[in-house]
Amino acid sequence: MVPASGYTALLTGATAAAMAFLAVFALALSLASGRLADRWSQTLAQTATLRISAPPSQMTAQTAAVLEILRTTPGVASVRVLESDEQRALLEPWFGPDLPIEALALPRLIEIIEAPDGFDPVGLRMRLAAEAPGAVLDDHTRWRRPLVQAADALRLLALGSILLIAGALAAMVTLAASFSLAANAQVIRVLRLVGARDAFIARAFVRRFTLRGLVGASIGTAAGMAVLALMPLAPARDGVFSGLGFSGADWLLPLLIPPLAVLVAWAATRVTAFRVLRREG
Amino acid sequence: MIRLADVAHRYSGRELLAGVELEIAGGAFLFLTGPSGAGKTTLLKLCYGELQPSAGRVELFGQDMQRLSRDALADTRRRIGVIHQDCQFLDHLSIADNVALPFLAAGRPVPADDLRELLNWVGLEDRAEARPPTLSGGERQRAALARAVIMSPEVVLADEPTGNVDWEMSMRLLSLLLELNRMGTAVMIATHDLALIRAAKAQVSARVLRISERQLQTAGSDL
Repeated sequence: MVPASGYTALLTGATAAAMAFLAVFALALSLASGRLADRWSQTLAQTATLRISAPPSQMTAQTAAVLEILRTTPGVASVRVLESDEQRALLEPWFGPDLPIEALALPRLIEIIEAPDGFDPVGLRMRLAAEAPGAVLDDHTRWRRPLVQAADALRLLALGSILLIAGALAAMVTLAASFSLAANAQVIRVLRLVGARDAFIARAFVRRFTLRGLVGASIGTAAGMAVLALMPLAPARDGVFSGLGFSGADWLLPLLIPPLAVLVAWAATRVTAFRVLRREG
Repeated sequence: MIRLADVAHRYSGRELLAGVELEIAGGAFLFLTGPSGAGKTTLLKLCYGELQPSAGRVELFGQDMQRLSRDALADTRRRIGVIHQDCQFLDHLSIADNVALPFLAAGRPVPADDLRELLNWVGLEDRAEARPPTLSGGERQRAALARAVIMSPEVVLADEPTGNVDWEMSMRLLSLLLELNRMGTAVMIATHDLALIRAAKAQVSARVLRISERQLQTAGSDL
């Protein structure tokens, strides 16, 4: 019913493709941030580290006292004193290999694994202060919280980006639809002349722009997924940039982008068409 | 069917029509004449609801046009066939599709046999797949007539239908409109072609109205 218009068709299709491409990355970033936050939260939430700084002559006694306290603390599932090799491995990134760890006055580290219900860190600190003054409990809260908050903020930012992308697509489709409606004023006039209702006229434009949105978004989504699949990524243990791609069932999520783009294009064109038709009388 | 009571129309602050009284009854044959710019096209547009009156009342099939919803007005337009001087086609569609447009707009299936018969009636059966720009003026007017009557309207309003065609084609179009009228369709033709009016009056009891000084009057006996 509406003559093909290469310009608006190309504009709408290209915009939908570009927006879908960006949405794939925003979605991937959102999922990666979520996974990161969960991993940090879960992994660190169930462990704590106890550091004993004491003169060498008191180290064994304080360690024994600490272990006894921990053994009788409710919510502590297990404890483990870190070996010299493990401490060397912890320091290796900063001091390199072959560190003479025995010559250093390093604190003794005890890893605490919590039971599902967890322990009372305030109560434990009070007991440690009384019986092993050189022991300092680090339940990871201090540095875990900002990390998880950062990851959560990153996830929100990515989700916000998806909303902005949808808004930009809606704005672009609205502009293109307005242009198309103005360019096809004669078509609208003829359709009115033969008794077409507004819904019929609007449908002719809505169908066209929705289809363009679908084709463009499908191409953009496929391109985004292909780039993510081919992108060389750091191993999972390497932190923030690990696992930016999708994994497992996550690969199905980008497939929601074309239907969402269709919904945005449909709504934007429909609202624009009815607004223009009512304004033009 | 169509009634205008004390209708006025203003455009850009200028009054084009005032105190217009008009009734198009079933089976009527009317001519609307007057000098260029007198308001013939405006009056036709008021009759099929493309324009709203500045004052007065327009009744379409017993309903006050100004109280009709947009959808109801669109539905009412399907009962009125309109022929424009410039035909108003969609140039990217074939003549057959243009003629069938009222059915498509109504969301009804196009009766292929009726469409073929109609194109045959206006002598365009061989041009069904042609695009409007490739047609002559006379062919375009006949296609416009076919589109105007495909939904079997109760009224046909024609705006200068013979304005761009020669005398022979004018007579052919007139004979088609007279044939429609004999089948019970009311016809109103806006024209300044007095020869056409005389030729019609020789065959049908036609009433001639003239727009003069913004008023609608019955034309003198010379027509």
